[in-house]
This record gives sequence, structure tokens and C-alpha cells, in this order.
Amino acid sequence: MAHGPEAAAGAHGHGPAHGAHEHHDHKPSFFVRWFASTNHKDIGTLYLVFSVIAGLIGGLFSVIMRLELQDPGVQYLADGQQWNVFITAHGLIMVFFVVMPALIGGFGNWFVPLMIGAPDMAFPRMNNISFWLLVPAFGLLVASALVGDGAGTGWTVYPPLASIGQPGPSVDMGIFALHLAGASSILGSINFITTILNMRAPGMTLHRMPLFAWALLVTAFLLLLSVPVLGGAITMLLTDRNFGTGFFKPDLGGDPLLFQHLFWFFGHPEVYIMILPGFGIISEVLPVFARKPIFGYKAIAASSVVIAFLGLLVWAHHMFTTPSPTVVLVFFMMSSFLIGIPTGIKIFNWVATLWRGTIEFKTPLIFAAGFISQFTIGGITGIIVAIFPVDWQLHDTYFVVAHFHYTLMGGAVFAVFAGIYYWFPKITGRMMNEKLGKWSFALMYIGFNLTFLIQHTIGLDGMPRRVYEYPDVGNLVLYNRISTIGAFVLGLGILLTVINILRSVKRGPVAGPDPWKANTLEWFSTSPPPDNNFDVIPRVRSVEPMKDIRRQIAYQTGTGSEAPPAAETLVRG
Amino acid sequence: MLKRIAAAAPAVLVTAAVAAAQAVVALPAAAQPQDWRIGFQEPATESARAIQDFHDLLFVIIVGITVLVAGLLAYVIFRYRASRNPVPRDFTHNTLIEVLWTIVPVIILVIIAIPSFNLLYFLDRTQNPELTIEVTGQQFSWVYTYPDSGITLYSNMKQQDQLEEGEPYLLAVDEPMVVPIDTNVQLLVTASDVIHSFGVPSFGLKTDAVPGRTNETWFRADRTGTFYGQCSELCGANHAFMPIEIRVVEKDEFEQWVASRQTAAAASAPAMVAAAD
Repeated sequence: MAHGPEAAAGAHGHGPAHGAHEHHDHKPSFFVRWFASTNHKDIGTLYLVFSVIAGLIGGLFSVIMRLELQDPGVQYLADGQQWNVFITAHGLIMVFFVVMPALIGGFGNWFVPLMIGAPDMAFPRMNNISFWLLVPAFGLLVASALVGDGAGTGWTVYPPLASIGQPGPSVDMGIFALHLAGASSILGSINFITTILNMRAPGMTLHRMPLFAWALLVTAFLLLLSVPVLGGAITMLLTDRNFGTGFFKPDLGGDPLLFQHLFWFFGHPEVYIMILPGFGIISEVLPVFARKPIFGYKAIAASSVVIAFLGLLVWAHHMFTTPSPTVVLVFFMMSSFLIGIPTGIKIFNWVATLWRGTIEFKTPLIFAAGFISQFTIGGITGIIVAIFPVDWQLHDTYFVVAHFHYTLMGGAVFAVFAGIYYWFPKITGRMMNEKLGKWSFALMYIGFNLTFLIQHTIGLDGMPRRVYEYPDVGNLVLYNRISTIGAFVLGLGILLTVINILRSVKRGPVAGPDPWKANTLEWFSTSPPPDNNFDVIPRVRSVEPMKDIRRQIAYQTGTGSEAPPAAETLVRG
Repeated sequence: MLKRIAAAAPAVLVTAAVAAAQAVVALPAAAQPQDWRIGFQEPATESARAIQDFHDLLFVIIVGITVLVAGLLAYVIFRYRASRNPVPRDFTHNTLIEVLWTIVPVIILVIIAIPSFNLLYFLDRTQNPELTIEVTGQQFSWVYTYPDSGITLYSNMKQQDQLEEGEPYLLAVDEPMVVPIDTNVQLLVTASDVIHSFGVPSFGLKTDAVPGRTNETWFRADRTGTFYGQCSELCGANHAFMPIEIRVVEKDEFEQWVASRQTAAAASAPAMVAAAD
């Protein structure tokens, strides 16, 4: 790769005022670079840093919650309202300000343009506002916990608890926070769809597009379909609270269940919005470290589409106890079952990708394998809670808490960690410490399973979720203590990765453009890539353009025996 | 790499152990969390028994699938590590296996679906209610009304200093719902302020109490005793403090209880009328 950042820096102008500057040593000021950025990589970095900070805050909430639950009495919290504020803040922060910004805003921004050979996102300024809407949203949410009694509604904000049950400004602030975060997501998804559909490298048909880009494309459509529904629902809640409307008030002819339908029409696709980009990362990491092409590329891409479609049709399985007419329950039970099939196909395809490969035990692969084992458990307990009669026993117990943490923490967050270890060299130009990474994984894996496996048992034993005191009967105390100990081991594991990041940013060994011998185009550029990403883009002939290039080089230098399928053509970028 | 397998093993083992223990350990009859129990509370209705049997069947299936996937993953990672398998293959498709892993899950899901529909219709409602009780959730207690006998119970959680010997804090209440054994009890569940949920694990019951709606459910208890449950929908600051206690008694004992309640109500009613005058 002959091109470097110096040669490329000039391609992106920063306004006419800078036009006269020397291109190769042009550097925007700190303020312009980070606050008025239009570069997808800088914005991606902002998203990633933001989600790490939000994650530490959200994690702190969960540590306090686990401390409170290690004994049956009240130890650390003032009262139940404070507990409810904590569970609400923890849920909303983790969903809207950690997992989504990390996977979509962070990795999506950084790597979708690079992977498809584009110089930037389609709408760079809109990209910037997408991020900067998220910051005040987070500020509003955190402030809502500090104002008055706080918003103690749970992340689902069900009225009437969220209307007549919570007077004071906190819930309104939470609603505005979600409005801003929702606007940010909608703008972001428009950007992704436009970028992916219009800006792919020459030769990169949709069927040669990296699976991570596929995942982001599907996620963006899901966001576009579901987030406006949430916006509508919480707007109605806002007017119910403040302007005397009665959408959800039975005494004015409204219905609280309307909110639940609207919320879960958003809320269930949201689950897939959080996990699909994670699936994408796993589908990128496995073939690289197994040194073998992905098994069933089309099946994986298609199963994402099927999951997204079915994900829009299952929302009422969150409402099995409300209850609904039996035929409705039958429909939602069936549609929920069906999601198991494309999800199973993905898992089998991943295992088959590893089958007869040459597996290198680098940290990204280990996190990906941890993801598969944990997500399998989270997915399959999903079948259990999808079955209406059994869900009657398990709904709103700790079993459900265990189930969705297996998908979102054991799944999505482990995928984020796989992504961090995989792409850190590209983002910073430096390698992370492998030993620290493996220790971090070991602690996280043990800690995670210690925390959440036992919660299935706590739920079967009948302990409801969202309680801060529980009866001192049976072994509930013991089980809860095991869970709390696990949470600390898990937290320690996460901190090791944070330390690893901080150490490696300055002191890690220099990575070079393609340290993993990976398959996709982001590794064709330098690490970190120049402002415009690529001076030249290779014509894409397969799902693995970088492998084609390596083969070509080996062939032309006489070190490889295999002839490439066709002559290499370089296209001016 | 061994570390990874070692880390994966406990998860699988614990899951398997849960199944084994559920099958072996004879559970004491009671309706609250018990020592060393890792499964459901002991059922006291046909519905709960059917739900739990069905869950146990599902449990075997999902443990089987989980062990299969985890085992495959562990095997692949061990067998095809770089040092042992230095030359990777480059196949990307195998039609037979892909069809298999699509069809087999479909078959498993159909096998699961059929009994779950049957159970669903069985649980839906009772054809022949012998006793009706109106259940109203409010922040933060339950109100039970027996419309046929005119009894109303206000059921509040007992504070720690009110507890009698052996009563569990956070589960025991001052006025438990009293019902006769072997009777189809129809519950009409609603709420007066925010959404609550009426859940009693050993009865297989869980129905949301939604303001503005009346939800119907039922149970038929087949043994006497005290059965505990808790509000199962976040309802505010004291959500943890609105337990449900149901006492199942013999039929004649229930008749006596109704009679004594009606006498007490009749005795206090004239006094109240007099006071109002």
C-alpha cells in the first residue's frame, strides 16, 4: 500500500478559509476536529468514547444494585423510589447510551465507510448532529435521576405509573432524553442506508458487501421503522402528563395497554437493533481468525433480514400477562418461535466457519466464541419465555432478567469487546495487549456466568424482578450473593480492558495496516486511515477483497502457487 | 484455549445439574422459596402442574441443544487450533447440512408448539366457576371482594413486629384471601391506580391488574395450606411490599369462615348506621 496519510490529507477540504493552507501539514484545531467534525472516523471515536463513559456510569448503577441485593434488608438505598430510579437509569443508559452508540454510532461509523470503500458517510454534517444530539440526551437522562424524586418507572415507562404515578419533572426529562436519542438514531440510520446503498466500491455488489455492513443496513431499516413509534408513544405520554389528554387514561376513555403495544412495537425490534450489529462483528471476526471464508455468507445475510422482519411481528410476547385474546397469543407465540430458526442458522453457520479452519487464539476470536456460547443460552431461554403458559410463571421474575442479560450483556456487549480488540489497531494504529485481553475475557466470562446463570434459578424460585427487598426464605440470599460476587468479577474483567485501552493507545506496539491479515477493505488503508480513507480503491471481486490482493501479490512476486481469478484493476478513488 | 473450555464447562455443567437435581430431589410441600430448590415452587393446582411438567420437557430440549452447541464449539476450537490444523480448508457451503439445521429446528418447534397450544386453551378460563372473587390492586395492597357473600378483605403486608412465629417477612399479610379446596375459583382482576400483577407461583397464576380493565383468570387448588405470591409488575416505590397470601382450607372450614365474616359484618353494620345517624 503505497499511499499514506500525508498523500491523502488534502482530499477533504475544511471550508474555503483553509483552502490556502499547505495540505500535508493541515491539522484542524482541537475544537474544530472534535466539536465540528464531519469525518466519520472522528465521529465514530466520539461515539465510542461516549459509550465507554456512559457504560461506566450505567455499570456503577448496576454495582450499587447488586450490592443492595446481596442481603435481603435495605443497606445502601434510601427507599424503593431510589431503587426504581436506579433500575430505570441503568436500563435506559445501557440500551440507548452504551450498546447502541458503541455498535451503531461507534463501530458502524468507523467501519461501514471503510469496509465498503467510501471516503466518508453520505451526509457528514448530519452525522455530526447525530452524535451531538446524544450528548444532551444523556445529560437530560442523568439529570432526571437527580431532580425531584427521579423517574422510577422502569425503562419501559408504562403508564399510569409513568403518568399519575410519577409527578414532578423527572419523567418529562426522561421523555425528552428519549426524543433526542430517537432523533439521533433516525438521522444516523438515514445516513447509513444512503451510504451503504450509494457509496460502495466499484465491483462491490450487495452480495459482496461485508456482513457487518449488511447488519448495519438491516439495523438502520429497523431503526427507521420502530423509533418513530416510540417517539409517538412517549409524546402521547408527555401530553397525558402535562396537557390533560387521555390516550392512556381509562377514565378519559384511553387505555394503558395502548402504550404497551406501541412501546413494544418499538421495544422488540430494539432488541434486534442492539444484537444485529453484534452478529455482524462476529461474522467478520470468525473468518479472519479461523483463516477460512465465512460459511454460508448468503444465509447469514438473509437470516438478518428475516430476523428483522419477524422482529417487527412479535411485540406482544412481552404482554402475555396483560392478557390478550387467546388467538392473539397464539399468533405471537408462533412468530416468536419462528425467530429461533434464523437465529439458529446464524449460530450453526458460525460454528461451521470455525470447522476445519486454522484457529488463532487472539482476543477478538475468544470474545467471539464467548459470544456464541452465551448468546446460545440467551436465545434458547427466549423460546422458554415465548411459550405463553410457561411465561406465565416466569414473566417479571429474575428468569427474564437472566434471559435478556444473556442476549444483551453476554451477547451484544461481548460482541462490542470482540470489536474493540479486533479494530483497535485500525482505530489507533497500535496493538492492544493480548495477555491483558485474555485475562479480561476470562474474568468477564466467569463473572458474567456467575452473575446471571443463577438468576434463572432465582426466577424459577419465584423472586420478582424490580424489587429491592426480598424475603429471607429458602436460599434466595445465597443465590443473590453468588450473583453479586459474579458482578464484581465481571466488573474487574471490564476494567482490565479499560486499562488495556488506556495503556495501548500510547504504548502499544505499532500495528501496521493489516495486522490480522484480514479480509475486508478497512485493512487496505493505513492505521489509522487518512482523512479520505483511500487514495485508490481496488475493484472488488469477492466478499474478501484483501485476501484477493494478498493472493495477487503472492502470485506476482512468485511466492504463491495459486493464480488469482482475474487481473487486478486499480480504480482511482 | 483450555482456559476457554474450562470457563465454558461450568455453565453447561450447572445447567445439566439443575435438570438432574430437579428430577431427583423430593421437594417439601410449601408455597414459598425453599432451601436448595433450583426449580419451580411445588405446584398446588392442575394448571401449575401442567405448566411445570411442560417446562421440564422444554428444559431437557434446551439443555440438549445448549450442550450440543457448546460441545461443538469447544470441540472445533480445540481440534482446529492453529498448531494442530495448520492448513485451513476453504469450503463455504454444504447444502445437506444447511437444510438439516434449518429443518430440524422447525421440527423441534412444531413438537413444542402443539402441547403449548393445548395448555394455552386449558389455562384460558374455567367453564364452571364455583366461587368468584374480585381482586383489585392498589398502591400498595390488594383488595379481595367475594360478591356472593358480600365479604371484602383489605390485604396489607405485615410489618416485622406484626409477624407471628414462622411467617415470612415480605410475604405474610394481615388478611389473606381464603378459598376452599377443590373448587373452581374465578378471579376478576383489576386495579384502581397503576398497573399491578397478581402472581402466585404455586398456582401457575399471573394476570396483570390493569386500571379500566377486568381480566379473568382461575385456579382450582388441590391441597390445603398457605400459598404466597407477590405483585409482579413495577407499581411504584413500595412494589416490593405488596405480597399475596392465599389460604386454602377444607370446604366446611370455608363455610364457617364465610359465616363468621358475615356475622361480624352484620354486627358492625348497625353500629355504623347508628354512628352515621
